Amino acid sequence: MTADHHTPLLSVEALSVHYATDGGETCAVRDVSFRIEPGETVAIVGESGSGKSQSMIAAMGLLPHNGRATGRIAFRGDDLLRLNPQALRTLRGAEISMIFQEPMTSLDPLYRIGEQIMEPILRHRRVGRRAARARALEMLRQVHMPDPERQMRAYPHELSGGQRQRVMIAMALANNPSLLIADEPTTALDVTIQAEIIALIAELQRKNGMGVIFITHDLGLVRHIADRVYVMHRGEVVETGTVGAIFERPQHPYTRALLDAAPRGRKIPVAADAEPLLTARGLRVSFSTGRRRIEVLHGLDLTVRQGETLGIVGESGSGKSTLARAILRLVDAEGEISFEGQRLDGLSPRALRPFRSRIQVVFQDPFGALSPHMTAGQIVTEGLRVHRPAQSARDRDEQAVLALREVGLPPETRHRYIHEFSGGQRQRIAIARALILKPRLLILDEPTSALDRMVQKQVIDLLRDLQQRHGMSYVFVSHDLAAVRAVADRVLVMKDGTLVEEGPVDQVLSAPDAAYTRALIAAAFMDVA
Amino acid sequence: MTEIPVSAPAPVPADTEGQARSFWAKAWQRLRKNSLAMGSLVYLCLMVLACTFGPMLVPNSYDKIFQGYTRVPASLSAYPRPEMIGPAIEAAAGRARLDLVDWAQTGDRVTAHLQSTRGVDPRAARYFDRSDMLENSTLDPTSQTEAVLTARIERHHFLFGTDATGRDLLARTLIAGRISLSIGFLAGLVAMVIGVLYGAISGFAGGRVDQIMMRIVDVLYSLPFIFFVIMLVVFFGRNFLLMFVAVGAVLWLDMARIVRGQTLSLRRREFVAAAEALGVSWFQILFRHIVPNLLGPVIVFMTLLVPNVIILESFLSYLGFGVQEPMSSWGILIAQGARAMPSAIWMLIFPSLFLTSTLFALNFLGDGLRDALDPRDA
Repeated sequence: MTADHHTPLLSVEALSVHYATDGGETCAVRDVSFRIEPGETVAIVGESGSGKSQSMIAAMGLLPHNGRATGRIAFRGDDLLRLNPQALRTLRGAEISMIFQEPMTSLDPLYRIGEQIMEPILRHRRVGRRAARARALEMLRQVHMPDPERQMRAYPHELSGGQRQRVMIAMALANNPSLLIADEPTTALDVTIQAEIIALIAELQRKNGMGVIFITHDLGLVRHIADRVYVMHRGEVVETGTVGAIFERPQHPYTRALLDAAPRGRKIPVAADAEPLLTARGLRVSFSTGRRRIEVLHGLDLTVRQGETLGIVGESGSGKSTLARAILRLVDAEGEISFEGQRLDGLSPRALRPFRSRIQVVFQDPFGALSPHMTAGQIVTEGLRVHRPAQSARDRDEQAVLALREVGLPPETRHRYIHEFSGGQRQRIAIARALILKPRLLILDEPTSALDRMVQKQVIDLLRDLQQRHGMSYVFVSHDLAAVRAVADRVLVMKDGTLVEEGPVDQVLSAPDAAYTRALIAAAFMDVA
Repeated sequence: MTEIPVSAPAPVPADTEGQARSFWAKAWQRLRKNSLAMGSLVYLCLMVLACTFGPMLVPNSYDKIFQGYTRVPASLSAYPRPEMIGPAIEAAAGRARLDLVDWAQTGDRVTAHLQSTRGVDPRAARYFDRSDMLENSTLDPTSQTEAVLTARIERHHFLFGTDATGRDLLARTLIAGRISLSIGFLAGLVAMVIGVLYGAISGFAGGRVDQIMMRIVDVLYSLPFIFFVIMLVVFFGRNFLLMFVAVGAVLWLDMARIVRGQTLSLRRREFVAAAEALGVSWFQILFRHIVPNLLGPVIVFMTLLVPNVIILESFLSYLGFGVQEPMSSWGILIAQGARAMPSAIWMLIFPSLFLTSTLFALNFLGDGLRDALDPRDA
């Protein structure tokens, strides 16, 4: 396919990225080559650590000071690695722009939306503020921002995550770049919003005829928008091809594993006459901010039976995590909660302590849920210190070994600090911490959302396996319907702090009653369908 | 199936012995790699040793006044200088109401011919002994009106020179270091302990408790510092301990605010919620999860706090509320040196050198400690 009579928009040849660290040089990207033609959409797919973002950061000249790139990155024939910083800056934002993953932190909270979109326009074009303002407004219209005149004057905190990502796209496209690099642009967004943003990028790409490099860990996502796909693994490109070829005839085992990474299988259903373990009636939670009180949970009922998994789905802001924390009594709630026939609401923290060992929790963020100043062993055994204070250090250590083995981690790892573990390993440690107390009920608050697809699948398999072995009940909170389908018996759909729909998982996901559930399902299984 | 590490450059070091090294042992190992911080640590230790034992070892006491040597420059050779001997004998003779005819020096001894119309009393020799330059003086009358003085020259070393009243600046700088360092470290420590506890409790408790605790801090902030110190002096009289109280009482406020802010953000982290869900008590959460994570900012602030205390102390002493002559602190010496700067630059240079080098070392050590105490920095 290589033709010499034209220059590609961007061609990367034999790119390697090295990092100088205390332990010598590590290689993040090894001998990677790819290219993109004008107007083409190319997807680079790989998990975290595969080097997909590193190669783009190198191309933009944004490597940190200890990074070093070798090879050739040619943009319309100019080698970006040999360009002086001044020329590179002119190119960035005018010819090449980038959208990042985190719309919450990519916007400066101190400036109005309009100002932020105008900034790249004023920097790269010889126009006045009035023209720049007009252009910014036009861009907001192009990204389908509702009520663009008003949003020009809004501050970032007034916008939702999806709206902020639209603003980021408007900023990136304000100067009509010929190349757009979108680095995981939808990962931090809800499923319904994800679908909208991808559709928007595809639409703008057709309209402006620019090249788009779409970086993602989710192979399913790129099916609808990419022309060609590069699959990266451990700093190398392992497979290249058109979307059709990759999806129909994947060659490399890694690509096949990625395609196969959607959580599969079903939970073995629980007996119909199982006793209820946890019941909650009329749960209300409200937070006060200053003088206002905002109710985020408007009277919810739920029942979890012995050995059952209750899935709770909904978008961010639906109150599903608040519900999980209310059951755990981590936030104050009105209403009744009873566990094994005993009332938990109204108990003092001291009286609640015996129940703590029987209701445990695993949180979403494997980076935030473990204290960085403790070793894995200390973290895992913390519950034992509280609930079995008489136990000797040796016994505790033995139990830590058992718990870590059970979640599939070698026992030597208990002496290591958290920063030495990957996200999936951290989540396993968090599960071990909860398991060591042999709980009857495990609250899983988005346990797989921050993980790569393949690791997600492993964690879900682990959770299902543990449930079978110990007969625990789960409350599985997630926005990921595929994951919920794989683990839950029943599912509870939430929106704005109220219950939308409840029923057996197959019935709700295949024949939903509520319109909201249908929208959720349509967006979530877009990539699988 | 193998897991893919989250961050690419994350080689997991194999712990061959399978032995858990404590957090502090690892921190110490990391600190040892930082040569700047280690150099600073050694320097600070030397400084503390010098200030503790130095005043006992230097030849001149910090409060001895050498009237003959006011504001003599720093010098490696011994005093008196040859040209200083003549005027000194002349001055002493004047005080003894004798006239100096001539004098001569041979090695360590001087001989001088003196005369007086009223006769020479041999007891007048003590006038010469009183001078800081001569000792063992004897006055042998050779006639009714004449006498020969023989005396040994007293040798003194003033490596840092002397101050305006003729005290050895080396001894004074070292004794001043004792005061400055002990106040710096002790008051700094007091401020840190109170500030960290207060701030962590306030931030962790949150809600109304936090509001009340922080309003108390605001009230204390609004008290004028000097007014506060004068009140203390009025009630308790002037003493050294009061300085610790005064300085500590003011400086923990900043620490408390910083720690509270950090605690508020840590409080929202999920590992605190996870500990709470495990049934860990408040006290344990505070000391096992919150305080260790505060170490970094606290240590950096501490290295800024110690210099602050040292400077605050010199300000108080300058106003007369702190240590008094002949005791001294670096702040006082620098203030005196600044006044004498045009004529006696050494009076400013040496104390300032000691103070600034100590502060530099503290800052480097603080940076090193912050990095060493962060387990993420492998």
